[in-house]
Amino acid sequence: MSDRGVVWLGSPSFPEAARTALADQQLRTNLRRATTTIRDKRLAVAAELDDWEELRTAAEAIKRRTARHLDRYLLQLEEAVIAAGGSVHWAGDAAEANRIVAALIQATGEREVVKIKSMATQEIGLNEALAREGITAYETDLAELIVQLGEDRPSHILVPAIHKNRTEIRDLFAAEMAHWGEPAPEGLSDDPRELAEAARRHLRKKFLAAKVAVSGANFAVADTGTVTVVESEGNGRMCLSLPETLITVMGIEKVVPTWSDLEVFLQLLPRSSTGERMNPYTSTWTGVTEGDGPSQFHLVLLDNGRTDTLADTVGRQVLACIRCSACLNVCPVFERTGGHAYGSVYPGPIGAVLTPQLVGVEQAASLPFASTLCGACYDACPVKIDIPEVLAHLRAEVVEAKRHALSPEALAMKAAATVLDSPRLLSAAQKAASLGGRVLAREGRIGRLPGPLHGWSDTRDSPAPPAESFRTWWRKNREGTP
Amino acid sequence: MRIALFITCFNDTLYPGTGRAVLTVLERLGHTVDFPQEQTCCGQMHFNTGYRPDAVPLVTRLARAFAGYDAVVTPSASCAGMVRENHPVLAERYGSASLQQQVAELVPRVYEFTEFLTDVLEVTEVGARFPHKVAYHPTCHSLRGLRLGDRPLRLLRAVQDLDLVELPSADSCCGFGGTFAVKNADTSSAMLADKAAGVLASGAEVLCAADNSCLMHIGGGLSRQGSGVRTMHLAEILAGAEGEER
Ligand code: SF4
Repeated sequence: MSDRGVVWLGSPSFPEAARTALADQQLRTNLRRATTTIRDKRLAVAAELDDWEELRTAAEAIKRRTARHLDRYLLQLEEAVIAAGGSVHWAGDAAEANRIVAALIQATGEREVVKIKSMATQEIGLNEALAREGITAYETDLAELIVQLGEDRPSHILVPAIHKNRTEIRDLFAAEMAHWGEPAPEGLSDDPRELAEAARRHLRKKFLAAKVAVSGANFAVADTGTVTVVESEGNGRMCLSLPETLITVMGIEKVVPTWSDLEVFLQLLPRSSTGERMNPYTSTWTGVTEGDGPSQFHLVLLDNGRTDTLADTVGRQVLACIRCSACLNVCPVFERTGGHAYGSVYPGPIGAVLTPQLVGVEQAASLPFASTLCGACYDACPVKIDIPEVLAHLRAEVVEAKRHALSPEALAMKAAATVLDSPRLLSAAQKAASLGGRVLAREGRIGRLPGPLHGWSDTRDSPAPPAESFRTWWRKNREGTP
Repeated sequence: MRIALFITCFNDTLYPGTGRAVLTVLERLGHTVDFPQEQTCCGQMHFNTGYRPDAVPLVTRLARAFAGYDAVVTPSASCAGMVRENHPVLAERYGSASLQQQVAELVPRVYEFTEFLTDVLEVTEVGARFPHKVAYHPTCHSLRGLRLGDRPLRLLRAVQDLDLVELPSADSCCGFGGTFAVKNADTSSAMLADKAAGVLASGAEVLCAADNSCLMHIGGGLSRQGSGVRTMHLAEILAGAEGEER
């Protein structure tokens, strides 16, 4: 794990990690059921808006404009937050952000904090960093709680416990809740209402006792200094209103220029993520307000590779991501492998393009290849990030980064390029393939192959190359030359 | 109209029948088709696997081979997409001003086969007969890349005696993805298994598509399972003549 890092990257490469997931039938069933449901809901509610495409275009435009003048909007945001009584801290990388947050908590004298589900704090491994300082962070989002109790890792941006079914969750609550606070009630069933009630009782004590809360941000408005969190359960709102100190860790790309820009995103985000018309809770706060909510507010602005990403003219479009997870739910690769295979807190298509840029392509070299480039993610993305374009771009970067080591693949590509740049060599190769293929083939098909192609041939037959290529046929039959 | 066939390296080597089928259909409709022998490959494999500079000579070769034709027709949605989307990117990044110019001139003249029939020749009835149960798999490149929409279906519906059956989860990717099928063989196989199950559930005797690469993948899986379902390029179905049994 590097400092400017995304936690736990460096686990096995994607193909290897995927193998484990693919072998788990229960996991695949859970994933398929969850993604299919949410996918259909999303399509239905998006279709209700006759200006859906215009909204996407507007969102893309706002995000592009913000990225072009990011420095200006961030300074404007800082000024507005300070004017409203908050403080602003700048963090270059994960380690710095963790240090800042730990110091802020230590200054309050507290050893426990409640947390709102946040990708940014997961990205930097905040909970683990705080634990090393003797501070315990309690996740209050239901799914995050499930992940935390299971000492598991989230496998989906929006539904971190998407890989678990109700029975698995019941067992986990019964076994683990007591170690973290209020134990699960006796005889807990796997009825969703009972599960939610158990979680609510477990969390209530935490909310009432907590003096410090940590959150992320979905958006921050530069001209007013307003920070926004949207959520479904209302647990976030408890964290935002009850404690005395609120610390928000926010990726620098989350800023939007004006309050009215929120209108576009608050329509796109819930529809794209949960398939709802509106998210149940939208909380906004501007600095601090006497007698209302936390009396101290700290905004930590996290870079952690974002400025470098911004410098890449093709790759920078991923900074427009609003973490809706629509791309995950439509991705056929994610549907089979789940999120853990991506080895990063950002799984699925967005993870495959964001993570390598945040940590450097060499650190995540298998991720840009973890896609068939089928394009479903691009169609689903509410801010029109051309994920396939960025995937292909990053593949070129990976190859470029490994240029010094002439891999078998690089040699094969070179050889292919030479053959393909000459009709004469291509013709000769076709003749050789035809001869060789017919030696290997039975009834016109080639079965299992040795060497690097076995992955292909384990489950698929290949056609035997025909006796005559098209160009040979053309020469004989249309030009009369042999 | 001067029409050139862009066969693609993949079809040239493994599926020459598809090229002959395209000729059959276009000639039946009264057109003359040329096959410039300088052509080889669009460079898609190199581009998509990250070997961009290696694709540049292929871009140059293609632009040269097809200069001067009114229409360049290819029975491969993914190769048509490659030329349209990525040749300009490669020419801009690595090519001379003259290559950029040649590519810019080529791009609007490149047509995927069904696009050419429906949009340029404005026909859907091509005089074909094919008395079989057929399912159509919209490959990702035809569906989301080229946005072929229902063009292939319109053509298939006009084929005499053809029984078009619905493919469950038609729009989900078959898991081929070029080198993806080798680099991520297990994930690819899992996707293939679902696609093959859909094909079997459809009750089709023949599965067709506008891309032989995906068909090779799906057909390879169906064949390994010992299913009797055949895969055929859509052009071969459209080439099926009245009275002729295929
Ligand atoms: S890339 Fe697009 S679809 Fe995926 S999470 Fe981000 S905003 Fe949503």
